[in-house]
Amino acid sequence: MNKTNILPGFRPALGFTLLYLGLVVLIPLSTLFFKTLQPDSQLTWQGYIHIISNDRVQAAFSVSFLAALLAAAIALVFGFIIAWTLVRYSLPAKRFFDAIIDLPFALPTAVAGIVLASLYAPNGLIGKPLTELGFKVAFTPAGIVIALIFIGLPFIVRTIEPVLQEIDASMEEAASSMGATRWQIFQRIIFPNVFPAALTGFAMAFARGVGEYGSVIFIAGNLPYVSEIVPLLIITKLEQYDYEGATALALTMLLVSFVILLTINLLQMLLRRRVTSERDSPVPALVTTEQLS
Amino acid sequence: MSIILNNISKHFGNFTALDNINLEIAEGELVALLGPSGCGKTTLLRIIAGLERADSGQVLLKGEDKTHKDVRERGVGFVFQHYALFRHMTVFENIAFGLRVKPRKQRPNETEIRKKVHALLELVQLDWLHDRYPDQLSGGQRQRIALARALAVEPEVLLLDEPFGALDASVRKDLRQWLRHLHENLNVTSIFVTHDQEEAMEVASRVVVFNHGVIEQQGTPSDIYDNPANEFVSRFIGDTNVIVINPQAANTVHVRPHDLEITKSNGDSAASATLKDWQHLGALIRIELAKKGVNGSPEIIYAEMPNEQFKRLQLDKGDKVDLHIRHAHWFHAA
Amino acid sequence: MNAQKIAKIAVNDPTWVRYTLTGLTLLVISLFLILPLVTIFFEAFAKGWEGYTNELTEYNNTAAVKLTLLVALICVPLTTVFGIASAWAIARFEFPGKSLLTTLIDLPFSVSPVTAGLIFVLLFGAQGWFGEWLQANNIKIIFAVPGIVLATLFITCPFVARELIPLMQEMGNEEEEAALSLGANGWTMFWRVTLPNIKWGLLYGVVLCNARAMGEFGAVSVVSGHIQGITNTLPLHVENTYNEYNAVGAFAAASLLTVLAIVTLVLKSFLEWQQQRDRASLTLPSS
Repeated sequence: MNKTNILPGFRPALGFTLLYLGLVVLIPLSTLFFKTLQPDSQLTWQGYIHIISNDRVQAAFSVSFLAALLAAAIALVFGFIIAWTLVRYSLPAKRFFDAIIDLPFALPTAVAGIVLASLYAPNGLIGKPLTELGFKVAFTPAGIVIALIFIGLPFIVRTIEPVLQEIDASMEEAASSMGATRWQIFQRIIFPNVFPAALTGFAMAFARGVGEYGSVIFIAGNLPYVSEIVPLLIITKLEQYDYEGATALALTMLLVSFVILLTINLLQMLLRRRVTSERDSPVPALVTTEQLS
Repeated sequence: MSIILNNISKHFGNFTALDNINLEIAEGELVALLGPSGCGKTTLLRIIAGLERADSGQVLLKGEDKTHKDVRERGVGFVFQHYALFRHMTVFENIAFGLRVKPRKQRPNETEIRKKVHALLELVQLDWLHDRYPDQLSGGQRQRIALARALAVEPEVLLLDEPFGALDASVRKDLRQWLRHLHENLNVTSIFVTHDQEEAMEVASRVVVFNHGVIEQQGTPSDIYDNPANEFVSRFIGDTNVIVINPQAANTVHVRPHDLEITKSNGDSAASATLKDWQHLGALIRIELAKKGVNGSPEIIYAEMPNEQFKRLQLDKGDKVDLHIRHAHWFHAA
Repeated sequence: MNAQKIAKIAVNDPTWVRYTLTGLTLLVISLFLILPLVTIFFEAFAKGWEGYTNELTEYNNTAAVKLTLLVALICVPLTTVFGIASAWAIARFEFPGKSLLTTLIDLPFSVSPVTAGLIFVLLFGAQGWFGEWLQANNIKIIFAVPGIVLATLFITCPFVARELIPLMQEMGNEEEEAALSLGANGWTMFWRVTLPNIKWGLLYGVVLCNARAMGEFGAVSVVSGHIQGITNTLPLHVENTYNEYNAVGAFAAASLLTVLAIVTLVLKSFLEWQQQRDRASLTLPSS
């Protein structure tokens, strides 16, 4: 639809949006970049490399990214199963289960942090039997992964669920009528349709996991070189008035997250293009102008 | 003149939606803007309403220049293609909206509003639906409510965008008749946009044919059908056979199927053809004929005639026939 | 999808697959979601009702509750106005840089909460850009309430906008045009046509925004300074008491936030249901 239209209020709405976004988000965020450009700042390029190549910093980055990656992968498997069950099977109290999926969105991260920590602590409800079996979860990197699975789960379920709902049952029936087995139908019909959404959910869970702070610090143990995450290291540096160090870490984290998200977005765009070009012929030019008349 | 459009042009990026349109519409006319998708007809309607701004040109309503006037100040009633009924208001409140938002001094009191809304509901024969919500109405009912709502503000001009576009075929037929009668009673100058030539011919007193942002022809329905101004109009309005006479000169003859007479023959003259098939169209029979084209390749042309006449000819598939053109239009193809 | 079809598809999966997947689903939901929820209240009431109420009425806790409410009271309306304004501009008009603006609004989602706090320290902290000037004029932003508000505004910025933009795009602007063509002015159109149409989506965004504003931890933790009874919001108070090995106190405070989360979830489900109903009414058969 053409929107060079006569509705009122464009200037004030856009003006307020830009002003607010600038004051609340853009100007504050730009300090991360300008901190490095300030003349009196000690953060030169060499200084930046020096901070980033520090062993403890490197270890923290490994912990943060690997834990987020692993947690997103596990959440992807769990999330897919949950979405599948909720969409396709009949289940008592489905509404309740469906609603509670969003708990990690709604529950403040500090609350999630302390309750997970006490559940998985060596004397906790889950931690005790695990410890007896020889698994130590709380205060190890495994604890970080547990917290990030909790945080990432709703991202996965909520992106996959609508796609599963929209898969046309007749597509599966058609495949079945041509002799495909259930597993072949899943592989060739359902999986390709769900994959882009799964990828989005994975990316969102991962991005959130890398930056997550509240739910992690209570269960992580925060041992330097072992279970210390980057956000915590930023706070540590800040508490030591090492602004340059904190800025360097935050900037790196932001850039790496962006690169990863960008890659996944590109990947997804390629996927989507392939899917749509397979489905229908290129849209004729007239269709786009059709609404004009 | 009720509506005068002077040199209206409108572009969307590189796309020319309207190219220098001039149009005059007299008081009380019911005019159809007819054309294929993307020809600019809806854009023109929205420009008349003030929902869109023209790049250049002038819009005069009742002799007043309203080119730069807001949609609120134009005194037009607009019926949207998908009706745009306010979904959170009852039918009554939808129709009353235009009265309730009037400036305080002109605003009628509650009793007057009530009286007026019910009068309009009676006009569209839907008073019994006054407390329903739009989602509880059928498409045809929504259409009539949208019309009543547009009429509530007593517009000088009524504009309807594809008024029957979203309706089922059977409902559409009834509503066409109804709209024409309503117009006869109210006599408010009305313009509607359609891509359906049958609809335009049936409802409008005058048809304006659009293509690619220009007016191809305007006139009464029979004018346009009987004397198409060019190839486009001839093809767009009704069925027509296009016969290429001379490929070098690019001349074509357009013959309506019912203007083609056939007789049984054995001969192999230039005007003979083979009967391939026929279909019943109710009162008419459509006959599919294969004829040798100018450059030797076969050409399919259609003829139509009443049932009875076809029976009398006693034709069968594969029979040779002679063609007689009763009436034709000659065009020099561009 | 109707019930019949669901049943049909389900029949297609072998029974053992169905039972395994359902079992796994219930296990994951129980272990990861329900068990933590129950544990919070269990721990909070570990010393009985009295122990629970004692912790709740303790001064630092009530101060934290008040501060949390104050922050939400400032941030939620501002974010709501921003959400409506940006959605109006983006969903109703074409302008250069529109998709960039849409991306920028979502930016806070991809920034770690800790970074969100850090940037305000860089701006307003003692060593920050405005640090000296603020000190000279005796204005406190960092380690004070304004800092907490700013960090929360940053974090919650996209919450309302991203609900409204797709909703308003989907609705189209025909109803608003109809209102104008019937003589309504801009404000009348907004209050009587636009707002009633977006109300459920708007409330949805507001509810989520409120949950985040009250529950934000990382960003607030950086700028607050953790001064008990003064700059501790409820989530920070949870951390403090937990780190002081006062489990009952921590979980009692946490239980308040959990109730907030549950109320949020219930409202969210209700609003989703309302929106679905509205959407269904949009796509009725044409005759």
